[in-house]
Amino acid sequence: MSAPLLLNQPRANLLEHWDPRLRILVALLWALTVVSLQHPGTLLLAFVAVLFALVRLELLSSALLRRLLPLETLMLLLLMLLPFTLQRGGVWFQFGPLTAYWSGLERALGVTLKANSVVLALFPLVGTLSQAELAGALSRLGTPHKLVLLLQLTLRYIGVLQLEYQRLRQAMMVRAFRLGSDLHSLKTLGWLIGMLLVRSLERSERVLAAMKCRGFDGRLPGIGERLDWRVADTTRALLSALLLAVLVGADLLLG
Amino acid sequence: MIAAATSGTLLLLGLALRRLRSEQIPQTAMLGAVFFLASLISIPIGPGGVHLLFSGLMGVVLGWAAIPAILVALLLQTLLVGHGGLLVLGVNALHIMLPALLCALLLAPLLRRRSPLQPFHVGAAAGALGCLASSALVAMTLALSGEEYLTAARLIVISHLPVAVIEAAVSGASIALIHRVSPRLLSAGGQA
Repeated sequence: MSAPLLLNQPRANLLEHWDPRLRILVALLWALTVVSLQHPGTLLLAFVAVLFALVRLELLSSALLRRLLPLETLMLLLLMLLPFTLQRGGVWFQFGPLTAYWSGLERALGVTLKANSVVLALFPLVGTLSQAELAGALSRLGTPHKLVLLLQLTLRYIGVLQLEYQRLRQAMMVRAFRLGSDLHSLKTLGWLIGMLLVRSLERSERVLAAMKCRGFDGRLPGIGERLDWRVADTTRALLSALLLAVLVGADLLLG
Repeated sequence: MIAAATSGTLLLLGLALRRLRSEQIPQTAMLGAVFFLASLISIPIGPGGVHLLFSGLMGVVLGWAAIPAILVALLLQTLLVGHGGLLVLGVNALHIMLPALLCALLLAPLLRRRSPLQPFHVGAAAGALGCLASSALVAMTLALSGEEYLTAARLIVISHLPVAVIEAAVSGASIALIHRVSPRLLSAGGQA
């Protein structure tokens, strides 16, 4: 229960004492601020700030970078497309019938910086929270109880069902199944998912019975009860707000 | 536009949570976890691979409960896998929720009791419809956010045509199996 969400990551030691609610709020405000930035200079500053924080927290690892792969693929696509489709301003280069524009490149680079700054900040702030901390903080921030419960149970069962999935895949592997893109593969994959659904339905009935046994009446007691806001959290909140204000201010001055 | 989509998501979420009975939470969480894992499976096509969304299958199996399940799955995906952004969560959620709901309302009733249609075909229709509707919504969002994204929007719809075929086959087989092994799973989702 107390394992951090990013299982193979060390805990962020500097952020560990931050109130989980503060960490979620800062992540959200950071995202809003970064997206609203206009000037390339302040964007770069925000990105460097995130990188600096990650290095200080010793969170910059190859595992983290691998998680960024899908995002970077999308950004690469944007970098290749936008210079040709955003046809405004000066010409960058011409290639046969295609003309690339500087403004497109600038826009694509801006989007890439923004997306990376937001995602990279999310990992140390929210990704290293434990499951109980995340559920508690969301609950205390006013998320409906049903949704928090759903989140907590889903997170738990992803782990359980992953093992079940691996067991089924292993059984298929023993029977010399290799996933391809032919109809047989797809049908087998469909049956695999169907089987997982059927089994998980049965499992969820047992879980509900067990929960009812322990007095479940729509609420689980104790979610978020142990959170307490300290004076130091107020200081941290003010410092974070100051950082965001400096970024916005610099952006307004430059832009 | 992000604000509009986010408020749409919240509205749908509110409606769906009101319909969600507490006793359904473990079941919804469990099935949601299956879909989370299933969407991580990479199906090889040529040199690369595709991931399926299962918006149609989710809608048919979970009904209205698909909506909170999708939101939770996307939130976890943002936190665990680093897919997508925090702010566009509302937009992304809508891209999957609306097709899921469409399939829940249109196709799920066809699976109950006597229906002339084969379960495989209903499931395949849900898979294709879910995938195509999701890609159309993504393209629409892109096109609305600026003229320069129009090419990208077209590319997305075209590239999803083969994916829809794959998703149809997988979803069809899933529904056919569930129909044979545990038909009450399908009636449970329809009522929810």
